[in-house]
Amino acid sequence: MSENEFNHKLNDKFNHVLRLADNAMILSQRLSQWCGKGPALEEDMALTNVALDLMGQARLWYAYAAELEGKGRTEDDLAFLRDAHDFHNLLLLEQPNGNYADTLMRQFLFDTWHYHYLQALKQSTDQQIAAIAEKSLKEVTYHLRRSSDLVVRLGDGTELSQKMMQTALEELWRFTGEMFMDDEIDVAMHEAGIAPLHSDLRAAWDTYLADVMHAATLRLPDANSWMQKGGKQGVHTEHMGYLLAEMQFLQRAYPGAQW
Amino acid sequence: MVVSAMDYGENPSASTGQIWQWLGEVRDPEIPVISVTDLGIIRAVEWLGGECVITITPTYSGCPAMDVIAEEIAETLQAHGIKPPRIVYQLSPAWSTDWMTEAGKQKLSGYGIAPPQQQVVDISSIQRYREVQPAIACPQCGSVDTQLVSQFGSTACKALYKCKACLEPFDYFKPH
Repeated sequence: MSENEFNHKLNDKFNHVLRLADNAMILSQRLSQWCGKGPALEEDMALTNVALDLMGQARLWYAYAAELEGKGRTEDDLAFLRDAHDFHNLLLLEQPNGNYADTLMRQFLFDTWHYHYLQALKQSTDQQIAAIAEKSLKEVTYHLRRSSDLVVRLGDGTELSQKMMQTALEELWRFTGEMFMDDEIDVAMHEAGIAPLHSDLRAAWDTYLADVMHAATLRLPDANSWMQKGGKQGVHTEHMGYLLAEMQFLQRAYPGAQW
Repeated sequence: MVVSAMDYGENPSASTGQIWQWLGEVRDPEIPVISVTDLGIIRAVEWLGGECVITITPTYSGCPAMDVIAEEIAETLQAHGIKPPRIVYQLSPAWSTDWMTEAGKQKLSGYGIAPPQQQVVDISSIQRYREVQPAIACPQCGSVDTQLVSQFGSTACKALYKCKACLEPFDYFKPH
């Protein structure tokens, strides 16, 4: 392998880990915005605890990404000193919190993907990736059980809650296609035995989703409808800049500030 | 300033067994009734090239207590004359509540927190219609007529329950 090829492979792995970090970080930031504003005290605590889990996972991924890159950047530099086009999270996760139905549906759609992805990722030939996946999976299993229960309760709830959950599902649906698209980095990671192909996870996601939606009396939108994409490549929706402005303000205004 | 080993007191190379014992004095900052050895997060204590190396396993990824625990381990060992140890974080195999000692579980219960009862969280599959959860006994009155109020309690590692017999709320340390 030439030095150039070697660097390219290392770069693929760095970008792959960075995507996982960005997913966890951006959803954590969104959920943190509910802190002190939850519809009930228990929900407030639950969302912020899920945010905390995701932030812990993001730290593990960022720290590993920084190590792979080997340019002296830290986990904090990666979280706070990159601009929107350098973030590679799924578009679903940067969508505004909306009402509580929107937040829960976003969580459920992601948790289902996250669970199945980590389940496959813990077989990674990269030991550190497998270890972080195994650790995260314990937390994510709990997240998925919780969001599944709530989707059923509110879907199969009152006329109003059912309508709100259905609307949330339809509004967010166009961001789900991206979760199962593979680009050249995904293919390279798959060939190296480091990560699964996203397209291979679709069937398990579909099956679980159909089961929950049936119990929740919600209608699944057409799987072949038009899908928005670009998050993994750094092409974001208009909400991303605002989210980063809030998340990164302190480090930008007071570089190197410590807690 | 040049610091020699002597400055750290009379125990520059205490036995690892002795160090394990001292680690039993390090409390969990959020649940001060149990120690880090009760929690089962200490994986190894070694002397490597004159340096004390302590390997610990994080509980939850985002648990804010982990940094405090590392500081407290260093402080406790320093108080016993040991140079600040190197703390190594080991992720795999992931920590589970099965590693908590029986003594630790009893201390939790005495403190008003119901200890984890069932086996660790099952990550092998996900199904919506899962088996009935085991009854969680109220740490106050012992009744098993209790109800889950919220899947998250005062910290990420606990759920909130209430006892329908004595009507008191209580924390449950979740199986993990």
